[in-house]
Amino acid sequence: MEAYLDNSATTKPCKRACEAALRTMENDFGNPSSLHKKGFDAMQILESARGVIAKSLGVDPERIFFTPSGTVANNTAIFGAVELMKRKGNKIVTTAFEHPSVARCMDKLEQSGFEVVRIAPDESGNISEEAFQNAIDEKTVLVSLMAVNNEVGTVLPFDKIKRIIKRKKSPALLHVDCVQGYMKLPVKPERCGIDLMSVSAHKIHALKGSGALYIANGVRIKPYVLGGGQENNICSGTQAMPNIAAFSAAVEELADIEKRLEKVTSLNEYFKSELEKIDGVKINSPDNALPYIINASIGAVPSQVSVNYLSSRGVYVSAGSACSKGHRSDVLVSMGLSPERIDSAIRLSMSYETTKEEIDYALSAIKSCLSELSKK
Amino acid sequence: MKEIILIKNGELALKGLNRSSFESVLAKNIKRRLHGLGKFKVTCLQSTMNIEPLCDDFDMEEAIKRISKIFGIAGFQRAAAVEKNIDEILAVAPEYLSEQLENVDTFKVEAKRSDKKFPLTSPEISREVGGAILEKFPHLSVDVHNPELTVTVEVRDNYAFIRGNQIKGAGGMPVGTGGKAAVLISGGIDSPVASWMVSKRGVVLDAVHFASPPYTSPQAEMKVHDLLRKVSAYSGDIGLYTVCFTKIQEQIRDNCPEELFTLVMRRFMMRIANEIAMKNDCQALVTGESIGQVASQTMSALACTDNV
Repeated sequence: MEAYLDNSATTKPCKRACEAALRTMENDFGNPSSLHKKGFDAMQILESARGVIAKSLGVDPERIFFTPSGTVANNTAIFGAVELMKRKGNKIVTTAFEHPSVARCMDKLEQSGFEVVRIAPDESGNISEEAFQNAIDEKTVLVSLMAVNNEVGTVLPFDKIKRIIKRKKSPALLHVDCVQGYMKLPVKPERCGIDLMSVSAHKIHALKGSGALYIANGVRIKPYVLGGGQENNICSGTQAMPNIAAFSAAVEELADIEKRLEKVTSLNEYFKSELEKIDGVKINSPDNALPYIINASIGAVPSQVSVNYLSSRGVYVSAGSACSKGHRSDVLVSMGLSPERIDSAIRLSMSYETTKEEIDYALSAIKSCLSELSKK
Repeated sequence: MKEIILIKNGELALKGLNRSSFESVLAKNIKRRLHGLGKFKVTCLQSTMNIEPLCDDFDMEEAIKRISKIFGIAGFQRAAAVEKNIDEILAVAPEYLSEQLENVDTFKVEAKRSDKKFPLTSPEISREVGGAILEKFPHLSVDVHNPELTVTVEVRDNYAFIRGNQIKGAGGMPVGTGGKAAVLISGGIDSPVASWMVSKRGVVLDAVHFASPPYTSPQAEMKVHDLLRKVSAYSGDIGLYTVCFTKIQEQIRDNCPEELFTLVMRRFMMRIANEIAMKNDCQALVTGESIGQVASQTMSALACTDNV
């Protein structure tokens, strides 16, 4: 028996996605930029995939640009936006718990002279609209925030930010890293005034090595990756056709966002209530977090040790505190949790295919983990 | 709460006796364009047309997108149709327009009533609604001279209508009121723009495209399809005739002086387009030519091409 509960790290590609990828590898292997029929056929697949992703976001296909990953999409968006806007100001507003593919870009921009404001979450792990209101002003040229935090599952008010930007008379472009939220929450970037939005395929049951960037009409950013000018010169490099075909197939497979959210919400309620019954387990995720993600502290057992123990029992989770080289997770620190609680945090992330049996199996493994590894 | 779309026919209102036939063409076009979004009906009242959804799952967002591309409409707006009592109006107005109200700083309320039996006068309605809005949106202030948003409350016979700012329509004349033309479409930008501009005057379009494989690629043909698809969002259906021009082009190459290639080619294209146009009841040809735009478009060259 196995329970894969690390779906925020990556997901199992669905059958439809694998089949689409295989077809593209075996038959339609042309380069979409080639001028002959093999290229033309590949180009049709590319444009059809673009249409599917565009439709899932309620936008025109011309607004979608494929990238090799969510990370490249984030880099392209952030550096492109700042380059476009730098004459209008030098302030950037972001959060303190962004994914490294955003946070490291912000660090670099700070080194080159930008003022970077990183809004920290409150004790519940949330960031309010007021916090953004206070930070954004007329000198702000970019606001970048994630839709869903990958560590604790916080859902940020990303659909309310453009309104705040306008009201504060700021010229800022709005970038949303929607990697953890895409196809799990209904998201309509055009309707909420988002200028740039990143998504990733391998988080939604497609293959690794494929992402996309939504760019609103009129936002003319320059590319980050230079080369053959593919994707209307937004991201050069031959498009990864098998991955893109898989991406499109997965989006079609997952079309009913509400239905899956309903299912995962009830699984989440069950999981959380059972976890809370275990002596020593504390839930860190806020109440209104994305139901797919539960961050919980397991007694005083260090995260990496729990991860190892659970893995040996066939339960796959990730260390919620991202303790690399003794560095504590900013999210959990900002939430004001005690050091023991931070150091024993793990992240359980479900998919729409997670079963109650897997959850029960994980719960029993967590119970034994606590009883065997806690200080007597 | 019912939501309807109010259409303002700008130019049409000036056309006197032609107005009713132009209006019926516009109504027909609207019905055709909004087909598939759910059940709805179109009614005409003086110089306003109403689009009334007749089912709960009518796709309003898509309808608004499509209406913004229909020629013959000067402006349009979404309106909430509520019961004619002040409590209803006060409850609905701030909620219905909340998205617009949150994004502005100043507003004013205009009230009209065609039903003189309504218990409040127009100024009283404005005051009450304005107050309700200010209570819900404290960041707003009233500006009666130059407000960013004008909230209009209209008390009519059956309902009270609440609406915000008007959205600009595509303008022009309803497609079908201006005759029919055939447009010579290349893969460039000029001919699609010309198509759009002519269609805006109410002209139904057919298109003629010349392809010379293998000298021209399938991608070029695809591009023409994509361009015409964009135009057809405004002009309605376009019948595309793709002419295989290869043999003619080769004959010209083999028998004509090089410096006259373009001119002779274009004359042949005009002749062919003319035939196609006549067979399809088109009364005009449209091209994207403009003097000096490219080297071949000199006054004498254009005169020569026309002279077939």
